Amino acid sequence: MSGVLLLEQLLNGVQFGVMLFLMAAGLTLVFGVMGLINLAHGSLYMVGAFAAAAVSAATGSFLLGLGAALAAAAAAGALIEVAVIRRLYARDHLDQVLATFALILIFSEGTRWLFGSFPLFLDVPGWLAGPVALPLGIDYPKYRLAVIAVGLAVAAGLFWLIAGTRLGVQIRAGEADREMIAALGVDITRLYTLVFALGAALAGLAGALVGAIQSVQVGMGEPVLILAFVVIVIGGIGSIRGAFVGALLVGLTDTLGRVLLPLAMVHVVGPQAAATAGSAVASMAIYILMALVLVFRPAGLFGKV
Amino acid sequence: MTRTGWRILGAAALALGLMQPVGAAGENLKVGMITTLSGGGAGLGIDVRDGFLLAVKQAEAPIEVVIEDDQRKPDIAVQLADKLIQSDKVDVMTGIIFSNLAMAVIPSAVAQGKIYLSPNAGPSQLAGAGCHPNYFNVAWQNDNLHEAAGAYANSAGHTNTFILAPNYPAGQDALTGFKRFYEGELAGELYTALGQTDYAAEIAQIRASGADSVFFFLPGGMGISFLKQYADSGVDMPVIGPAFSFDQGILQAVGDAALGVRNTSQWSGDLDNPVNAAFVESFEAEYGRLPSLYASQGFDTANLLISAMGKADIADLDAFRAALKEADFDSTRGAFRFNTNQHPVQDIYVREVIRDGDVFTNRIVATALRERGDAYAAECPME
Repeated sequence: MSGVLLLEQLLNGVQFGVMLFLMAAGLTLVFGVMGLINLAHGSLYMVGAFAAAAVSAATGSFLLGLGAALAAAAAAGALIEVAVIRRLYARDHLDQVLATFALILIFSEGTRWLFGSFPLFLDVPGWLAGPVALPLGIDYPKYRLAVIAVGLAVAAGLFWLIAGTRLGVQIRAGEADREMIAALGVDITRLYTLVFALGAALAGLAGALVGAIQSVQVGMGEPVLILAFVVIVIGGIGSIRGAFVGALLVGLTDTLGRVLLPLAMVHVVGPQAAATAGSAVASMAIYILMALVLVFRPAGLFGKV
Repeated sequence: MTRTGWRILGAAALALGLMQPVGAAGENLKVGMITTLSGGGAGLGIDVRDGFLLAVKQAEAPIEVVIEDDQRKPDIAVQLADKLIQSDKVDVMTGIIFSNLAMAVIPSAVAQGKIYLSPNAGPSQLAGAGCHPNYFNVAWQNDNLHEAAGAYANSAGHTNTFILAPNYPAGQDALTGFKRFYEGELAGELYTALGQTDYAAEIAQIRASGADSVFFFLPGGMGISFLKQYADSGVDMPVIGPAFSFDQGILQAVGDAALGVRNTSQWSGDLDNPVNAAFVESFEAEYGRLPSLYASQGFDTANLLISAMGKADIADLDAFRAALKEADFDSTRGAFRFNTNQHPVQDIYVREVIRDGDVFTNRIVATALRERGDAYAAECPME
């Protein structure tokens, strides 16, 4: 394999990782601050994609669609926090899993009821369509470069929010000691709704960005949700920095594994079997990565024990 | 509850009782339809169901259809089959979309003496040594459309094709089917993860491989993702695929990225015969959308059943099977007959994706294979 192709695959891995970070950031915030396992996070991703597709189709503007995705996902997040999730903070994780799984079913069938069973159309905007020539003769899709840029900008914004603002101080305090921050007079109920809506908006943004190059359909959120859980387990639950590093690690491992493992298997089992065996091993690569991280750092890379 | 309350309840129960068609139950033929109506892949099941019901309605046939949703889960499909056979006592079963569900349900259903008419799945096991007198496939054997794609690649002058499919039985069958007829070199052969949605890594490999064309089998959302990303990557070598990634339900979601792509199918909306023209028109009038190949398969399945009901009684299973095997119905595909293994012998066409006004659809540009049966019929002991 040539160096240029490898470089292109590295870019693909980074792009995939950045997208995973948008999903994992909300998940890890909600788990870190509220101690809640939210399986319905993938549904918020789907809500974002459907809102973007519907608004883009109606207005013809991709940017309006992105705005609608953020707004719809944040609103849906705030709604389920107030209506359902709020009652679950004090319950154990099994109850949370059960209730948020029910939310997945409600969101999926509700979306099908509104939009039908056929996938929706959402395309990259004209000004981001097609490839751009990078140095070394790499032709890389403009849209994927834009996704990387947006993801990095959001990551920088989140770090600033957590480290440099009053809300960030409250979030960090909430992670450290829930009772104490309430005793100090912070409106913990409002803080929780805000954090949940923020996480939901990030998931919605990821859904809309990805929806333009994938298929906008019911159930699109669940495969990504599993990867997002792997990311926060690797990164350390509750850590935004961990989610960022974990997401890039998972993105690169998955992409490079898919490319390199079948090539490596050719030397072991021959070309015929390598295609199937290599892809089978590649789909396990990120779970092997997760297991290795857990052996050496049981709390994840940036987790507090 | 008050006295009046009871009285109202009683009246309601009586009214509901009267609504049942009196005496019709004994004469109706009862069809149990297990199909996918929720979750990923629901669009396929909905089209099969709607096509089937349209044919029943048009013929005003005395058929009662019990419809169940398998949610694309084999365990649920098996439970539903038990319920339909034991409690609903259906005579005929149909509807299953996906081959893994078909393999979980059909062998047991036909062994219990039920007729099964497959409107979609055609796993090779049931076409070869595992064929059964009670099992009829009205769609195709799974390999057929891929074989046609291989044959078309030859006639289009492709000599260095890159092929990819998901790593599961139907994906492996697809690449095997393609290679059965394809005579050129392979620029590369890739298996992707089932349900994968990002193909950046694969597209970079295709670009670097020096291929002159691409064949892919990625059903449903996977195909939408691949086509959009492929179009956006700037790679512009021709793409060939089976109709599963280019059916009417999917094309609108792919948009311009699919324009001009060649795909193989046993059916197309512009297939020139009066039955098909009437079908397309009445389907659109009834449901407000264009039919897909799945809808045509559901429609043909119901018409096959109706043709057999006119010749024999379901109580005489041997006569009913013989009537089915004659396939004496007007198919939307034109010529249609059953092979010895009770799978179709039919023409398979090459279609091109076009835009007709606002709607993306297909039109036929060539015939890939004529009167094609399948590769497994010889292993079937039936005559």
